[in-house]
Amino acid sequence: MTQMPALYGFCAAALGGAVAMLIARHPMRVALALIATMLSLAGIYALLGVHVIAVFQVLIYVGAVMVFMVYVIMLLDIRDPSFLERYSRLLVPGVLLGALLAAGLGYALAHRYVAAPLYAARADFRVQPFSAEFLRTYWLHFELTSVLLIVAVVAAIAVIQGRGGRNG
Amino acid sequence: MDSTQLLLALSIALFVLGLTGVIIRRNALVMLMCMELMVNAVVLSLVTFAARMASASGAVLALLIFVVAAAEIAIAIPIVLLLVRQRRTLDVGAYSSLKG
Repeated sequence: MTQMPALYGFCAAALGGAVAMLIARHPMRVALALIATMLSLAGIYALLGVHVIAVFQVLIYVGAVMVFMVYVIMLLDIRDPSFLERYSRLLVPGVLLGALLAAGLGYALAHRYVAAPLYAARADFRVQPFSAEFLRTYWLHFELTSVLLIVAVVAAIAVIQGRGGRNG
Repeated sequence: MDSTQLLLALSIALFVLGLTGVIIRRNALVMLMCMELMVNAVVLSLVTFAARMASASGAVLALLIFVVAAAEIAIAIPIVLLLVRQRRTLDVGAYSSLKG
């Protein structure tokens, strides 16, 4: 396990980014912290040997979703009370609920050791074998996701244009 | 602590931080990003189990979740734009008309 120091480093970076998301004031800094967390998660996936997921984490999340989000943050540069006061009135109950949930899940994780796998499948997560396997076995699911994306685009246009597209 | 336990603990921590962020923050875009953090935490636990069991279907499921998350953000952002067009604010406290 020579990879353990790198794994600890990526875990610390992901955790630090997530904590920075809660305390940063401007949405752009929150977005940058989230991008740092996502890149750390991509590093963790690469260390686990699941290279395809690491590549798609960077391409889809950082490259598409977060660029879209940063674009919208720049588009909606509105100075409103949410920039001055970061937290709503639910600050104390929210933190208490989070601590309770973390304690419960952590207790479950500490006391129920994750069982060994019943069967050892032999999947190869390198890009070329995994892609061949993906398109040979799961091609129908892959095509269905394109239908999902088209439905999402149509729905986004319908939401923006609204009632008869009066000012779309 | 072996790597599986460590990654599951990280997944729990990220999920709880995301949920706390959705509850306590006021800015609608920040709440959306905290939801993305929760999705990322769940995908982390899924990929951890998939890598541990060497199961290709787990990795395929993670890819499909990426696509669904992209579709989700493509719907959520226009809804936020619509809300902002109506009230000119990103503060979710201003959108309390559904409280009754």
